[in-house]
Amino acid sequence: MPDGVLFRAVRLVDPASGHDGVTDVLVRDETIADVGSGLAASGAEVVEEDGLVLAPGLVDLHAHLREPGFEHKETIETGSRAAAAGGYTAVCAMPNTDPVTDNAAVVSEVRTLADKAGLCDVVPAGAITRGQRGETLADIGEMVEGGVRLFTDDGNCVGSSRVMRLALEYAKAFDAIICQHAQDEELTRGWQAHEGHYSALLGLAGAPAEAEEIVVARDLALARLTGGRLHVTHVSSSRSVELIAAAKAAGVRVTADVTPHHLVLLDEDLVGFDTNFRINPPLRPVEHRDALRAGLASGAIDAVATDHAPHAPEEKQREFDQAPAGTTGLETALAAILTHLVEPGVIDLAAAVDRLSVRPAAILGLGEHGGPVAPGRPANLVAFDPAAEWVVGERPVRSMATNSAFTGRALRGAVRYTMLRGAFTVRAGEPQA
Amino acid sequence: MIKHLLSIDQLSRDDVERILDTAESFREVGTRVIKKVPALRGRTIVNLFYENSTRTRFSFELAAKRLSADVLNFSTGGSSVSKGESLKDTALTMQAMGADAIVIRHSSSGAPATLSKWVTASVVNAGDGTHEHPTQALLDLFTIREHFPTLDGLHVGIVGDVRHSRVARSLTLALPKMGAGVTLAGPPTLLPPEAEGWGAALSYDLEAVLPKLDVCYMLRVQQERQGAQFFPSVREYSRLFGLSRDRVEMLPEHALVMHPGPMNRGVEIASDVADLPRAVITDQVANGIAVRMSLLYLILGGDGSRPAVAGETGARDA
Repeated sequence: MPDGVLFRAVRLVDPASGHDGVTDVLVRDETIADVGSGLAASGAEVVEEDGLVLAPGLVDLHAHLREPGFEHKETIETGSRAAAAGGYTAVCAMPNTDPVTDNAAVVSEVRTLADKAGLCDVVPAGAITRGQRGETLADIGEMVEGGVRLFTDDGNCVGSSRVMRLALEYAKAFDAIICQHAQDEELTRGWQAHEGHYSALLGLAGAPAEAEEIVVARDLALARLTGGRLHVTHVSSSRSVELIAAAKAAGVRVTADVTPHHLVLLDEDLVGFDTNFRINPPLRPVEHRDALRAGLASGAIDAVATDHAPHAPEEKQREFDQAPAGTTGLETALAAILTHLVEPGVIDLAAAVDRLSVRPAAILGLGEHGGPVAPGRPANLVAFDPAAEWVVGERPVRSMATNSAFTGRALRGAVRYTMLRGAFTVRAGEPQA
Repeated sequence: MIKHLLSIDQLSRDDVERILDTAESFREVGTRVIKKVPALRGRTIVNLFYENSTRTRFSFELAAKRLSADVLNFSTGGSSVSKGESLKDTALTMQAMGADAIVIRHSSSGAPATLSKWVTASVVNAGDGTHEHPTQALLDLFTIREHFPTLDGLHVGIVGDVRHSRVARSLTLALPKMGAGVTLAGPPTLLPPEAEGWGAALSYDLEAVLPKLDVCYMLRVQQERQGAQFFPSVREYSRLFGLSRDRVEMLPEHALVMHPGPMNRGVEIASDVADLPRAVITDQVANGIAVRMSLLYLILGGDGSRPAVAGETGARDA
């Protein structure tokens, strides 16, 4: 039995310490033992592969793990395995389960199941309102005691200005985050696609980008009013980016994330009615996509979050308007960002690691994740080959679901090792256990 | 020729002309005592109708029967669909029964395109949600062509709920392809601004448009839209955008009046206007059979190397 792991001659990209260069990293037990050149293996397992990049493990602010209640789509175990396969060491699990995660008991159940799987740290998000009905506040304080940091009615928008104000205000007691799925319900009733050229051509009911911007503008005003912490998830509109950037400049406490699919895919992909492109919020035209890319680069948008939304095959193999919205994302996020943002030079590799790991870890207050990769720190790491090309759908999928909007696309960047507190959850590309 | 007909968008001008030219010869079959040719003998055509539609289903059924195909009619009431069977499983069942073509009407936009990925049979879109109704557009072009030497340079007005109309969408995409101009007229809530990108003009003033038209194409007012407040009342709609006796006089003398049916007499079209000689609404129905015969023949029988069977030799066999 080797004693520890030595990553030899890897490119360590660790924004938290500012390190970006070739070095060795030695892990013993659960922690980083040493970082530097020419470290002796002294009994440790040696990992040495050409071109390997080592970074703090990725952190996802937004994944649907579906358990409890929708185990035919995904379980915490399969979702954790998908997360590990994608290089994640921590994932924030969305509360739109059945029952809804709106009380401490469900929080505790999710944590227990995640610990049992042991493949990834799963941080449950709590609902803002009871049953995610948008009417009365859920047990926010009790859920905070259970370890919840981020609250969201994701899947639904908190439509009531009064409820949103109260949530932002109340959560201040715990420095908790109120995370909004920004979408005006009335303007998007029955929607199937971004309202524009392609929705008109395809006869799909449209959701205008303004339906998001209206709610973002209102919530930013409420965050200013209350001093509460607002997080806008899966930003999809160019003008939302502008609004958030301006609010940040004015000192409003707001953070935001964007998904890989909104950074890469477009509404024109809906031609052909493939239900994998039925996504909420909808894929939009190139001017929105480019603004999201610029917003991620500038820091107006803090993080990349997957919005991993697994569905069973029979649910997606339906008529377009009858299929549930969402794409899987945990296993493709890193490669999508490397291929479509880092390679073309929109952001550099250090910025990619920052948006995929450092910042989301900071937003969630996960001190063990996001680096720095330094002696004494927990060994939560990912090692990937940025040049390895693969086609989505042609290699084993670890999620229970295969509804990836990237299916059939070639991406570059393959996770080779994921390590959670010193133990491999992925080794040489293979998930462990 | 094409394998599926999912949208007008997929057809070239040559494709459209081939379908219409072939339909000319099939139209004659409908005037015979024995209205049948053996062109598709032994082939199986399934009419898969998820929405009620008497006229479109009858038209496809007659078209297939006049071509001597075996026809299965599948409608959702009392079928396996009402027992919860998915579109995919229904399609695979039809496939297993040897369907060569599946004609599908569905309330979901894109259902024919989705179906075409699951079966090897040809798929014909007989109207999908608010997307397209390509055979309606083809029969409309055919009907217009009967009255004008060419479609090139004609100006067609399409009046009413363009936004939610699959008929309007297919026709709006088809006409510029054939060299005709299109103006869409109606209240702004029912006109898609995006249509300007397809080469159509928009107008909120019907009376300003009428004198310029060669064809005035009236759309059915879908009563359920009123509940969503796209317009204040049917009465106001009719006053502003209905083709009244007075308004029909604003059209040039040669201009045709068309309607895809079923009509709401007294709402979008005055009853006596619908019965004028220039209103070619029943011609549209008759032509629908010939155009659908042509389409089914070209998709299933015609490899493009033989001249249109339509006629004489096949007919005598029958």
